[in-house]
Formats: sequence, C-alpha cells, structure tokens
Amino acid sequence: MNFFLETLFGGLLAGTMYSLVAIGFVLIYKASGVFNFAQGAMLLFAALTCVSLQEAGLPFAAAVAASVVVMGLLALAIERAVLRPLVARSQITLFMATLGLSFIIEGLAQGLMGAEVRALDLGIDDVPVFVGDVMLSQFDLFAAATAAVLVLVLALLFNKTRVGVSLRAVADDTRAALSIGINLNRIWQIVWAVAGVVGLVAGLLWGARQGVQFSLSLVVLKALPVLIIGGFTSIGGAIVGGLIVGAAENLAEVYVGPLVGGGITSWFAYFLALAFLYVRPAGLFGERAIERV
Amino acid sequence: MSNLSHQLPAPFEHAPLALVPRAIPWGAAALLIVAFAGVPWLAGDYWLNAILIPFLVLSLAGLGLNLLTGYAGQTSVGSAGFMAVGAFATYAFLLRVPVLPLPVALLAGGAVAAAVGFVFGIPSNRIKGFYLMATTLAAQFFLEWVFTKFPWFYNHASSGTIAAPRLALFGHDISGPVGRYLLTLSVVTLLTWVARNLVGSRLGRNWMAIRDMDTAAAVIGIDVDHHKRLAFAVSSFYLGIAGALWAFAYLGTASASSFDINRSFQILFIIIIGGMGSVAGNFIGAAFISLLPIFLSQAGQALLGGNVDPGQIQNLQKIIFGALIITFLVKEPEGLVRLLAGLRERLAVWPLRF
Repeated sequence: MNFFLETLFGGLLAGTMYSLVAIGFVLIYKASGVFNFAQGAMLLFAALTCVSLQEAGLPFAAAVAASVVVMGLLALAIERAVLRPLVARSQITLFMATLGLSFIIEGLAQGLMGAEVRALDLGIDDVPVFVGDVMLSQFDLFAAATAAVLVLVLALLFNKTRVGVSLRAVADDTRAALSIGINLNRIWQIVWAVAGVVGLVAGLLWGARQGVQFSLSLVVLKALPVLIIGGFTSIGGAIVGGLIVGAAENLAEVYVGPLVGGGITSWFAYFLALAFLYVRPAGLFGERAIERV
Repeated sequence: MSNLSHQLPAPFEHAPLALVPRAIPWGAAALLIVAFAGVPWLAGDYWLNAILIPFLVLSLAGLGLNLLTGYAGQTSVGSAGFMAVGAFATYAFLLRVPVLPLPVALLAGGAVAAAVGFVFGIPSNRIKGFYLMATTLAAQFFLEWVFTKFPWFYNHASSGTIAAPRLALFGHDISGPVGRYLLTLSVVTLLTWVARNLVGSRLGRNWMAIRDMDTAAAVIGIDVDHHKRLAFAVSSFYLGIAGALWAFAYLGTASASSFDINRSFQILFIIIIGGMGSVAGNFIGAAFISLLPIFLSQAGQALLGGNVDPGQIQNLQKIIFGALIITFLVKEPEGLVRLLAGLRERLAVWPLRF
C-alpha cells in the first residue's frame, strides 16, 4: 500500500511540472487563439538565458530578473514580427507559424548560448522526505509549491487588475473587446510575456531536474496530453490534467510497464488523452464548439 | 395525353457524358522522359544518391500527407510513424516470404500501413482539429516504441536496424544508384498519377467538402466518418510506401529512429511550403526542403571559410528555416506552387501588368 501511495504521490508531484508547461500554452491559447508550439523553445530560451547570466557572474535573483526582461522583449518581437502580420488567419496557419518560431528560438538559444548541458542549482536538494510512512522527493514538493504560488499570482493578475480584466475580455470575445477600445496588440504582448515568464519558471524547475539543455524544448510534447485532458482554454484544467497525467503515467509504468516490456511513458499519456477525448471531445474543462452551417 | 408524350424526346437514361478531353500534359511528359531517359546517364552517383532519391521519396511522403491534410483537412503529425510501418512491413515481407517480388512486397507494406492508418483514423469521428492532431502524436510515439521494443520487427538484429535483403526486379539486380533511382522514380510516377486522378474523383471531392466544413458536408449527405478514415488509410498507404523506399532505396539500413517526430515535421513543412491541396506542390516543397540545407552549408563554407563551427551552421540553418516558414505563411499562405503560378501569369503578359 505504501508503495502504491509513493508511486501515486510521486506521479502527482511530477504532474505539477507538466501543468507548469501547460499553463503557458493555455494563457496564449485563451487570449490569442494560437496553439503555441514554441512554448517549449521559449522554456529552453528562458532557462538558458538565466543560466548564462548566472555563469557570467550575476547573482541568482538578478539573473532571474534579467531573464524576465529578456522574455518580455522576446514577446514584443514575436507580436510584431509574427502575430501582427498573421492576424485573422486560420488557427492552423498560426500553429505552423509557431512551429517556424520554435526553430528560430531554438537556433538563437543554442547559437548564442551554446548547446552543451548546463547544470542549474536552485539550492533545493533532491532528497527524500517522509510524510508519515510515505517517501516523497523534497524537490518535487518544492516544484509543486512553486506551481501553486504561480497559479495564485496568475489568478490575482486575472481577477484583480485592469490588465487582467482586459485579458479576460479578449479571451471571451475578441471583437467585443476591440469595440470597447481594448488594444489587442498590447494584450498579445502582455500575454506572450506572461507565458514567457511562466516558461522561465517551468524551465528553471525542469532544468534543475535534468540539466539545462536542448531536450527541455521537447517538454512541450509532454504537455500536449495534459492540455488535451484539461482542455485548451482552462488553467484549472491544465493543473488537473497535469496531475492526472503525472499520476497515471507513474502508476502505468510501475504496474503495466513490466507486462509489455517497459518504456511505455513515451506514448502512454497520449493514449490516456485519446481515451479522455473519446468521451469528452473538447477535454474535461474545454469549451464545446457549436458549429453552424 | 399519351399522344403528347410520344412526341417529346426521350429523356436521357444517363447524364450526357461527353466530357471535354483533357489536354495532353506535354510539359509533364517531357519532364518524365528527361527523368527516365536523361537523368540516369547525366547525373553522377552523388546526385542520384544524395539529392534525387531523397527528393523523390520526400515528395511521395508529402503527397501522402497532403491527401490527408491538404485535401481531407485532417492535420497529422504522425506521418513518420506510418512511414515506419511501411518500411518494417515491407522488410518483413521480403525477409519472411522470399517468393514475393519487390513490387508486391512494397504494395503489401503499403497495405499494412494503410490498415494501421485506418485504425488510428477511427478517433477522427469524434475528435477534431488540434485535438486530433495531438492524437496523431500517439500514433507517432507508439509506433516508434513498437519498432524499438519488439525485436521480431528487425529480425532480432543486435543493432536494431533493418536492411533490404535484396533489391531485384525480374532477376535484375537494382541495388546500384541508377537502379534504385529508377525504382523510386517509377513508384513515385505511378502513385502521383493515381493521386492526381483520385483527388479529381468523387472521393477527392468529398474529402475537399469535409475539409472546407465537415458539418456542411454531412448535411449534403457525405458519410463524413467513413471518408475521414479512408483518408487516413490512403494517406498511410502512400506514406508506408514512401517509408519503405526511404529505408531501402535511400538509406540502405534504417531503424525506428530514422522515422522520428522530426521526420513528421519535415513532411509537414514540405506541404506547407509547397502548397496544401496541390499535387505538384509536394514536389516543389520537397525540392526546397532537401536542397535548402545543402545550399546553406555550401554557402556557409564559401562565405565563412572552412574553419567555421558546424554546430553554428546548423543553428543558423534552423533560424533561416524558421524565418522562411513564417515568411511563407505571411506572404504566400498557399505555398510555392501558388507563387510559381502567379509568376507564370505575370510572364504571360509581360511587360504589361494585365
């Protein structure tokens, strides 16, 4: 029983890391209808920037602050060069543009800051902690707490500030938002910047886990099933989806994996998502699209 | 009353079917003659091996994906998974049923890929758009896993790779560059001809109706679910044969990692750059995709001298590639094929504007 609980909780905590990546997606999808494949590349770029600045001698806090500024500038550039010329194009076109964008960002990140694996030390050791009889990882607990704080901050931002209300207006009905004088371009810049900062947080946590390197940008593929289960438009869904995927993946690897030869984590989450989709075609919390002819 | 009806001309039993005869495509015919008769004598081994064969195979793969995405409107990022099915199935047929001639083994490999594609197309009856795209990733990762995990598929080879047991046709050995080129060219020509007629047929027009709006297509009586699954099957058939050619005519030896997610993206880029919903666009897109890296590395060598870090050239390639994709999407969303058509229209009335 203890082993089961350990597997379950380990999975749930790992799931919060998936949620962090998925939240960046949801932010952008809600506000601009763009399925941002470049989120993984942004994550890599943010983490690499932070590590490089730290290696250049900046203290950790200053490096993080500088990375936040860099992500903001990146968001400005993306809005200017990609989103604005492609306004009112089909969603699939925008998705493909973000594929191109991910190539540019990955190329820039590795070209400017090198391709070797960097170690990142957040000062949190990956040591086991015991809660009752159940062994948990201290790092996982820290990551989960960070995710919780981040979600709280985002919730405050969305519900208590003027910018947040405009963001929600754009997400709800872009045309109505435009007609009451909300500056759409400015909103996109803000959303992409916020998604960049979320990417920075996720990148630092993932980077501390497995080193800051190119494979960070592949985390995006892990976030897709999370999004499918939670729905593309719900931050709450991204969190629940992450928890479900994390827990199910861990349990499946331990209990089902040995039966079929192991290594099933590469595809298990997708089949789980497929099963969910078959029952609810727009995810658990997604909005159902109504089609008219 | 009955008198009157005798005087009226009898109604047509069938609609008059005297269609306008199709113009003979002289340009395509000339291109084919050059490709079949001229190129094998003119092009050296390097050109055949490193440029023409991969170009043709990628064109075929692009054609397969274009049938699904450009014509039936179902975006897929699992193309390489279906290519792997074709490659491994063809290998299994060649190895375990030695009496099968090569073309039959290729067809059978394609058929297995089509069956797998059909199965992965089943969810398309409920799942749409981006959600469906993400489910094709399930196919990609699952198939990659299957072909790594179960040694039966690569005949228990310790390296996990497969190599064509024999490439022979009617007793002739075709494992040389010219033989493999002609094999690829014949297969691609035949399948392109089939695809061209397919998209103009009732099936193709139904696909396009579903692509433009599937609810509307259902309203006018098209069996949407069936046609979507069929699109997955036909597309996978093409991809499967392309996969087999990629493994045996181009690479020589292949493993599951030859068909990873990056290959899927590469094929997706071919149809974006070449043109969605166009047969000729796949060839233009594939030419662009396979020539651009060669051009960029040559240009890099020429401009910066030999002492430049190859890693940096690769990063630069990535940036240029991404920028080109975005530029294409902004400037010409219908792809290179539309750009060329526009150019031809302009040239026809040159130097006037209209």
